[in-house]
Amino acid sequence: MTAGGEGKQALILLRDVHKSYYRDKIEIPVLTGVSMTVGAGEFLALMGPSGSGKSTILNLIAGIDTPTRGAIDVAGSSLGTLKPAQLSAWRARNVGFIFQLYNLIPVLTAFQNVELPLLLTKLNGSERKKRVRLALELVGLQDRDHHYPHQLSGGQEQRVAIARAIVGDPTLLVADEPTGDLDAKNAAEVLTLLQRLNREMGKTIVMVTHDPHAAERADAVLHLDKGVLKEQEAARA
Amino acid sequence: MAFIPLAYNVRNLAARRTSTSLTALGIAAVAWVFIFTLALAGGFEAALRTTGSAKNAIVIRNGASSELMSIVSREAADAVAAQPEVARAADGAPLEASELVVIWNLERKSGNTTNVIVRGVTPRSLALRENARLLAGRMFRPGVEEIVVGKMLSERFKHCGLNERIQLAGRVWTVVGILDADGSAYDSEIWGDVELFMPIFDRPVFQNVTLRLDDPSHFEALKKRIEADPRFSLQVRREDEFYAAQSGMMATLLRTLGLFVTLIMALGAVFGALNTMYASVSSRTKEIGTLLALGFSRGAVMLSILIESTILCVFGGLIGCLLALPVRSFTTGTMSFASFSELAFRFQVTPGMLLGGVLFAACMGLVGGFFPARRAARMPITEAVRQA
Amino acid sequence: MKFLGYITAHLWRHKRRSFLTVFSIAVALFLFATLRTVMTSFDSALRASADTRLVVRHAASLVFPLPLAYRDRIRQVQGVTGVSYGNWFGGYYQDPKNQFAQFAVDVPTILDLFPEILLSPEEIAAFRAERNSCIIGQGLARKWGWKRGDTVPISGTIFPGDWRFVVRGIYKGKTTDIDENTLFFHWDYMNEALPAARQDYVGIYWVRTANRDEAASVSARIDALYENSPQPTKTETEKAFQASFISMMGNVSLLLTILGSAILFAIMLVTVNTMMMAARERTTEIAVLKTLGFTDGLVLRLVAAEAILVSVVGGVIGSGAAWLVFLRSDFTANGMFPSFRVIPETLAWGLLLAVAMGLLSGLVPAVQAARLRIAGALRRVA
Repeated sequence: MTAGGEGKQALILLRDVHKSYYRDKIEIPVLTGVSMTVGAGEFLALMGPSGSGKSTILNLIAGIDTPTRGAIDVAGSSLGTLKPAQLSAWRARNVGFIFQLYNLIPVLTAFQNVELPLLLTKLNGSERKKRVRLALELVGLQDRDHHYPHQLSGGQEQRVAIARAIVGDPTLLVADEPTGDLDAKNAAEVLTLLQRLNREMGKTIVMVTHDPHAAERADAVLHLDKGVLKEQEAARA
Repeated sequence: MAFIPLAYNVRNLAARRTSTSLTALGIAAVAWVFIFTLALAGGFEAALRTTGSAKNAIVIRNGASSELMSIVSREAADAVAAQPEVARAADGAPLEASELVVIWNLERKSGNTTNVIVRGVTPRSLALRENARLLAGRMFRPGVEEIVVGKMLSERFKHCGLNERIQLAGRVWTVVGILDADGSAYDSEIWGDVELFMPIFDRPVFQNVTLRLDDPSHFEALKKRIEADPRFSLQVRREDEFYAAQSGMMATLLRTLGLFVTLIMALGAVFGALNTMYASVSSRTKEIGTLLALGFSRGAVMLSILIESTILCVFGGLIGCLLALPVRSFTTGTMSFASFSELAFRFQVTPGMLLGGVLFAACMGLVGGFFPARRAARMPITEAVRQA
Repeated sequence: MKFLGYITAHLWRHKRRSFLTVFSIAVALFLFATLRTVMTSFDSALRASADTRLVVRHAASLVFPLPLAYRDRIRQVQGVTGVSYGNWFGGYYQDPKNQFAQFAVDVPTILDLFPEILLSPEEIAAFRAERNSCIIGQGLARKWGWKRGDTVPISGTIFPGDWRFVVRGIYKGKTTDIDENTLFFHWDYMNEALPAARQDYVGIYWVRTANRDEAASVSARIDALYENSPQPTKTETEKAFQASFISMMGNVSLLLTILGSAILFAIMLVTVNTMMMAARERTTEIAVLKTLGFTDGLVLRLVAAEAILVSVVGGVIGSGAAWLVFLRSDFTANGMFPSFRVIPETLAWGLLLAVAMGLLSGLVPAVQAARLRIAGALRRVA
């Protein structure tokens, strides 16, 4: 199955991806043969009950986990062939990650949190400052740059996290339950922001969620159950 | 008041195994240093303390604080020997010895040199020292160039083994015996015939008269009579008190150094213990909140944390004690200021020192646990329970 | 450098922990500097000794004096360009606890042999002119508040009696190694007050040679003069003489090394523990950093850098405090360490140790952080 957006160039390509975890030498299969394609500029939602393997797919796409078997191509790189350091550099350049629990560094201000990914680039201090301001402006928090995470509301924290994800201008944003810890109003704001990033800035977004309202905002929705894509099952049947 | 069971603390410590053992080992090292320095000063003191006997008196020049500064003429020595308080040997002769003390530069086995005490003694000198006996060989023969040496000196200096020959004052002497004085200062001395030593070392006078009292209670009478004698300017001291007083400055120095080092070091270790306990408390926020919610009083929570940190430090202290036990077998030598010569001694670890080490560790635990315990006790229940 | 903000932010946010860690390291390094200064203070006497100066003493031991008559014969020995002499006085001020060095010296020659003792011409003239005068080091002057013109009472032990000296000069040392805690007074003044049997005996002679190459031959010549006399001499360079003095203290250096190692070890354990706790709390954060593209190596360096920073700050504070404390105080341990000063070499060692402690204490958490697998770490929390 190929998720929507035919005609556009494919940014993400998964071919027969398997992933198992081991607990006390007992194999626990999480993904059992997932293949999918996501086109550039697409906003895709992954849905499924907990334990279905949706976060695992996200981690694999973002290059923070490796498959047991199968190939993953993202943004022109075959992730399996990259060495750890290359993979880190690749992530810094291509992927922005948004977490359910925001995962801001508690000891850093909003500004410093957003600046973190830029520390990996060759940009100098003033260039970094400009970029960070831009990113914070985009999420509407330019006046909160000196606040620490604990001084911000959940919604604000998540917007700072989004600013951190986009500040390096990656092609791909991956979001793991970005609204999972937010109330309806803040959730809606965050989703609107993601939509804008997708439409106005052409970011490709892969979002894991179990909230149907959130999934509605996406261009396409894939359902995962027990390690396989339902759409694939349907195709096979 | 309901107490939180001790098992809870023990289990907590066991759960944080790495952190617990690192902290305990740190405390152990502090306790070790504490005991080590006490054992050093204690050993030095013990060597001098056990040198003298309560049954003996020593007569030296009035005003002299050590044998080195003392002069006792032959006439004075004879007068002392004739006193009625002097005990008699089996043959009826007075049990006393007029002795000569010089210090001589000898080469250590390590190559460098230091002063040692060379004591001219009489055949009765050995009998006067109850803690001294011949370990090997025999006593020197009067009038012959023979010496006996203390066992520590024999181990530490060149040419001082049994049957070896050593040059002193231009003559060659044969070591015919090894003296074992039970760790006292005599173990660091060379003994030879006083009548032979006097001409060879060019000393016409004695440094002391050591005598056995026929009854220790007669000391005051003897002291009064001799010190009042206008012919001589002498003072009479109890032998044990005299030698014990010699340790004064060096022992104080060692003790002060030890105390200084240990206290400052303890400060550093307490900082570490504070860190450990703070972290332990903050990672247990929810747990502590639950305990409070269950109805345990704040006092009980505080006590429990204090007990936990004390257990941790006492455990460390016990390890320190265990590691300090082998220190007993260390021997070292240092200069005794009073005699300006080397005194070798064995480190002395007493039960009191070990107990002191554990108590010291316990104090560190109390101090290191107090503030974290107070923090735990003051935790607002609602927030604590809610926290992830 | 741009990561400095990230590192300091952590230390700053956990102020109490950082403070405690920094100060426990400071304590360790303070003790290290102190103990090492005990050793270097012994050695300062070595550094202060001139190559061209020889010390002549009784062959058997320093406690045996030499006849004053030796002076004139030593002066005529080939290669000798100056002779002075003196006696260790060994007295105390008011209480036997208040010990410091006093020397009865031959005033006309002593300053010529010891050019490192600095006095004004007026002070020198006054010292020479008055028989019961003395000069004192500025350390002593500070400690007891003695001024020029004060009378200092000293109780003798080797030379019994109550002695009184008028301070006519306060000397400075040419370098910091020079002992500034000694009292020098007129040998003649002491000699005349002694009983006849003890008169005209000298503790040591100081002999100057034209250059250092002659030291050995001059020593041999002097000792040969008295080889078969009742009072044979032992002549050695001032350095060798001081070294034998130090060796009399026994294996102090071993004891201090044992103590120092135990201290560093203890504080080290405590620091390792703190660093590990700090890192453990930050597992998620490390995972986030890696997600953002921080490489394993960078994370390793960041965690290690934090430990080293803490350690170095502690080291600077501890070593600096030791330096300052002993510079300001007149600590001499009853005259045993006439110039108890933390030398630059000790400071350098202290800093090096601090870096090493930082490296070692940061090693385990840094490696753990580098090895952390992102997905696993994130899952543990979520």
